[in-house]
Amino acid sequence: MTVATLPEPAPVGLLTPHWRNWRLALLAAAVAIPVAVAALPGGAAFWVAFAAAGFVALTAVVNAWGRHTGGLLVAPAIAVLVMLNIFPLLWSLGLSFFAYRADRQTMNFLGLRNYERILGDAVVWDRLTTTALFVVLTVTAQMVVGFLLALLFSKQFPLRRYLLILVLTPMMLSFVAVGAFFRYYYDPTFGLVSQVVRLFTGDNFVLISSTPGAIAAIVIADAWMWSPFVMLLVLAGLVSVPKHLYEAAAIDRVPAWRRFWFITFPYVKGLLLLALLFRTIEAFKLFDVVFILTDGGQRTETIALYVYRQAIQFNKTSEAAALSYILLFTVIVLTNLYLYLANRRSAGAA
Amino acid sequence: MAVFASRGRAVDQAGWGRTAFAAAVSLVYFFPVLVIIITAFKVHADALAVPAKLFPWDLFGLIPQRFTFDPTLQNFVNVFSRSFSAGAQAQSTGFGLYFFNSVFIAGAAVALALVIGTLAAFGFSRYPLKGNDTYLFIILTTRMLPAIVVIIPVMLLFRVTGLAGTYTGIILLYTAFNLPFTIWMMKSFFDELSPDVEDAARLDGSTDRRVFFKICLPQVVAGLAATAVFGLILTWNEFLFALLLTGIETRTVPVAMSQTIGGDIGVRWGLLAAIETLFLIPVILVTFFLQNHLLRGVTFGTVKR
Repeated sequence: MTVATLPEPAPVGLLTPHWRNWRLALLAAAVAIPVAVAALPGGAAFWVAFAAAGFVALTAVVNAWGRHTGGLLVAPAIAVLVMLNIFPLLWSLGLSFFAYRADRQTMNFLGLRNYERILGDAVVWDRLTTTALFVVLTVTAQMVVGFLLALLFSKQFPLRRYLLILVLTPMMLSFVAVGAFFRYYYDPTFGLVSQVVRLFTGDNFVLISSTPGAIAAIVIADAWMWSPFVMLLVLAGLVSVPKHLYEAAAIDRVPAWRRFWFITFPYVKGLLLLALLFRTIEAFKLFDVVFILTDGGQRTETIALYVYRQAIQFNKTSEAAALSYILLFTVIVLTNLYLYLANRRSAGAA
Repeated sequence: MAVFASRGRAVDQAGWGRTAFAAAVSLVYFFPVLVIIITAFKVHADALAVPAKLFPWDLFGLIPQRFTFDPTLQNFVNVFSRSFSAGAQAQSTGFGLYFFNSVFIAGAAVALALVIGTLAAFGFSRYPLKGNDTYLFIILTTRMLPAIVVIIPVMLLFRVTGLAGTYTGIILLYTAFNLPFTIWMMKSFFDELSPDVEDAARLDGSTDRRVFFKICLPQVVAGLAATAVFGLILTWNEFLFALLLTGIETRTVPVAMSQTIGGDIGVRWGLLAAIETLFLIPVILVTFFLQNHLLRGVTFGTVKR
């Protein structure tokens, strides 16, 4: 039974009511949701919208069922993603144009005024600057440390397998433990870091009380946790370099740094860029470690933590939704910029 | 995968000298984890001692007394049951349940994502739809999102549908989180299989179902393992959604751990360390046995080899 052997069912007209007619379902949803939002309190409107989204997903699945083996295989995954990812995304996009609080039932249309207020808010810009600072510092640290670790492990030696697991362990710790235990290491009296510093200075060493100190504390913890990730990627690049290139270079007596730059680096570059993309996006979302380590004190509040506060503690639901859309937009721009650069590079190489 | 395998074509051999150097660096890197594990065996006073007591044994008198401590297993007992006020009877802390929750929720979500995602990946790989690449890109994008973007509507959704605080809710949510990654990974594995065997089987009259279960699936077992490892690491340690969407009965270990941090006598470091040590063991074991697949996992299947 391949695609071709399946009989193509007769197409359903746009206005014919049928379980397969997902276009009509989409149209109905597009009408029903704004009406519900206008006429019903927030909770009930949400129900209507969710039911409508579910109905559209259902008709799409029924439609795929009869037509296409591929569609049938893909349908359950699409249904789950629509209900728990796509629908929440669209709903939060909708919310961002309203004045809505999760603890009230009213919803008033504001248009773009949430966005205007956020983009004019000095606090938001301050949090964005903090986040950008974290992104630059942690990602740089991770790339450097990860690269050095990868160089160390790029050759085969006895017990390598076991030592690698030691280095990989930080990645597998829970954020809560990393945050809490770095607080333990930084503690002014019994912390290991301050005990070591005290040996040299004789004074108590208080790291987290100042802004640069608190930022350093978070950067060290986060970079320590995620450098192994960069290491894994770079390692994959390093072991892919064909040996004969090095042998030829050795015969020609090419100096070590030129060997690295012209032989090793081109093989690692793509993976390095991939690591850069993944880590930048993750660093942009930096939340858990800051939440536990400083809870945003000493001006270390990242934008993710700020959104969390606005949404969960102050119930400013629609403003937080608008802000998260600005974040989403930033991440998409970053991703595309990366893809553009990566493509231009590979096009130049070919 | 040559990163870990001992017989890689490009991996140069180096001797015990490199081992010694790498061991030194690895131990420094591992040191913070080691301290957590050591702290798990300390009583509260030892955990706060200055200078830090780092040695459970005096190594035949080599280590001065003030750097050693008497290891105790009390913290591990206290994780599961302890008395909450002086002189009171020891009570269960609920951590047995939280460990069960973590295992059950992570296991169920990864398994569910694996079943749904593998089918979808096979569909995307063998029966491309109109706009196949667009679907795949949208699916990848949902994984790249800051979690905070979807948290508000997901909370509303869970409140309205009564899913908040239930196993079904959090398992479905984690399934949705693991799906994009599962689909991308498994698609990259299915794409690599040679179509000749499948075509031959079809010519001999095998059904699609038979081709999938008897020919394709057995060839991508490594892919299933890689996907499962990375999905487990992610789901196991997830904190934000677990904090907001689990109830008392469905709480996972990271959330419960964050709630033991506060308290009137300050943080009970020994207890916290014991929880994390126990919580770390399953991931370390899984990773150790499946480490050859880890690389492919962390790169969404984009790095082959």
